[in-house]
Amino acid sequence: MRKAKTLLSVYLAYMLEYRAELFLWALAGVLPLILLGVWTEAGRSGDFPLSPGEFARYFLMVFLVRQATVVWVVWEFERDVVEGRLSFRLLRPLDPFWEHLAAHLAERLARLPFVVLLTLLFFYLFPEARFRPEPLPFLLGLLLTGLAFFLRYLMQYTTAMLTFWSERATAVEEVFFLLYLFLSGTIAPLEVFPEPLRHLALLTPFPYLVYLPAALLAGQEVSLFPGLWVMPLWGVVFLLLWRWLWRLGLRRYSGMGA
Amino acid sequence: MREAAIVLAQDLTKHYRVALKEESLLATLRHFFFREYRTVKAVEGVSFAIAPGEVVGFLGPNGAGKTTTLKMLTGLIHPTRGQALVAGHVPWRREKAFLKKITLVMGNKQQLIWDLPAMDTFRLNAAIYEVPEGEFRNRVGELAEMLGLQDKLHQPVRKLSLGERMKAELLAALLHRPQVLFLDEPTLGLDVNAQVAVRDFLRAYNRRYGATLLLTSHYMADIAALCPRVLVIHQGRLLYDGALEGLLERFAPYREVGLTLERPLPREALAPYGEVRALEGREAKLLVPRERLTERVAEILKRLPVEDLEVREPPLEEVIARVFQNPLPVEEP
Repeated sequence: MRKAKTLLSVYLAYMLEYRAELFLWALAGVLPLILLGVWTEAGRSGDFPLSPGEFARYFLMVFLVRQATVVWVVWEFERDVVEGRLSFRLLRPLDPFWEHLAAHLAERLARLPFVVLLTLLFFYLFPEARFRPEPLPFLLGLLLTGLAFFLRYLMQYTTAMLTFWSERATAVEEVFFLLYLFLSGTIAPLEVFPEPLRHLALLTPFPYLVYLPAALLAGQEVSLFPGLWVMPLWGVVFLLLWRWLWRLGLRRYSGMGA
Repeated sequence: MREAAIVLAQDLTKHYRVALKEESLLATLRHFFFREYRTVKAVEGVSFAIAPGEVVGFLGPNGAGKTTTLKMLTGLIHPTRGQALVAGHVPWRREKAFLKKITLVMGNKQQLIWDLPAMDTFRLNAAIYEVPEGEFRNRVGELAEMLGLQDKLHQPVRKLSLGERMKAELLAALLHRPQVLFLDEPTLGLDVNAQVAVRDFLRAYNRRYGATLLLTSHYMADIAALCPRVLVIHQGRLLYDGALEGLLERFAPYREVGLTLERPLPREALAPYGEVRALEGREAKLLVPRERLTERVAEILKRLPVEDLEVREPPLEEVIARVFQNPLPVEEP
């Protein structure tokens, strides 16, 4: 407990050193708000299963979910390995997984004020997005947002393990990101996907990283199945994969530059 | 000694596979499709044992295998072959109990968080190593006093001088009071005063806590001041393991004779008595084989206009340089 508290407080202090950058990072995540404008306009045609107001609410929630689930650990880990800084982390009796996780959680706290500010601004600009959420789905959406963060972190951390082999695991992450962008519901809600593609997407981990929590938060009618078993299943797969690659990777690590 | 050893290395070996590439466009293209590799034998069959509380210097030129050996002993890398036991643990298993007993300080790397005061890194380390709060305060106070760092703990690390930063690195690395300290070039880039301060601290730390130290340094003064025993490694192989004086006996079978002459003499006039290493005005330095020292000194005093004569050990740097001039095969395709 003391470990977690100290890690969070030190990394919060560290993140607050980068206030201006945090604001810019939060701002850089406004893609869903641009798509909000596009889809709301398209929604007016009446050709889509969601109304303009529902589109607006959905993309606003996509913005919030993405802000809460931003992960960059693969870049950090790659730098650690290439520059030999991983050596220091390996010398400590704490798996680097937890230290990076603490940094991410601390960053989330530091980012919060900017996110609230941006949300208020968009409620002002898009009055049709304003709504009174139903408590239960909203709480479930919050819970799933938390789980989405952990799953995304775990997925990216597993990808980061490839640094032991290629030194540029970020290239693999870029490919994953493309799938993520398309299949997670960031660009379009799954309701507008063709039926077969939607079923296929729901078997991948991506819709649970954005679509499911965002749709719940936006108060849309969504089916929790197959999500409730697909999401934990992917969690277990990546957990096992991470541990396996970590053990193999450490045997290959050469402590470059250190 | 082996039973009591706190650091034990047996036949420790590390081979790396390195991709080869020549510099030309064609070679670059070929490299893209078909990679050729060669094996670099960074460490080859190194064995030694260090008793608790010993301070041992690890000498060798760049690329000799010192750092690779330290990395194996601290569990950062797995050896290709051989065994090691440090404080009763196999290092590369990286058990928590092992990690709490050792530390590695690297002069060219830092663990302190750059943008925050050093105190924040200390707090972090104390939590990770599970040092109780009260004990943490005591240890920081004690180590900061030994290092003369009391008023620097709350300044951002980036505002500290290089010497202060190294001291803070040492403090961060020693908070969990490790039994075995591995130090890789701990005085790298420091000015003479800071070097002396770090050296004095390490000596005091070893005496106060009975900690075992294995350190590498390019500054012979560090080794001479701290290490009664040295390990010499060259091209991955251990060339010497023993007392520092023994190293001089074995690799420097000569003495340096310093002369102050009554009047300047040409080099040829001095050459019959030894190898002239320096000649400037009335000052000269000759290297004389140890077994002929008495005879040569007597001749010099008899035949040359000498005002003053002094016999010295040759500088350690020079001895080491001579050791390393002897190349050994190290790589194979």
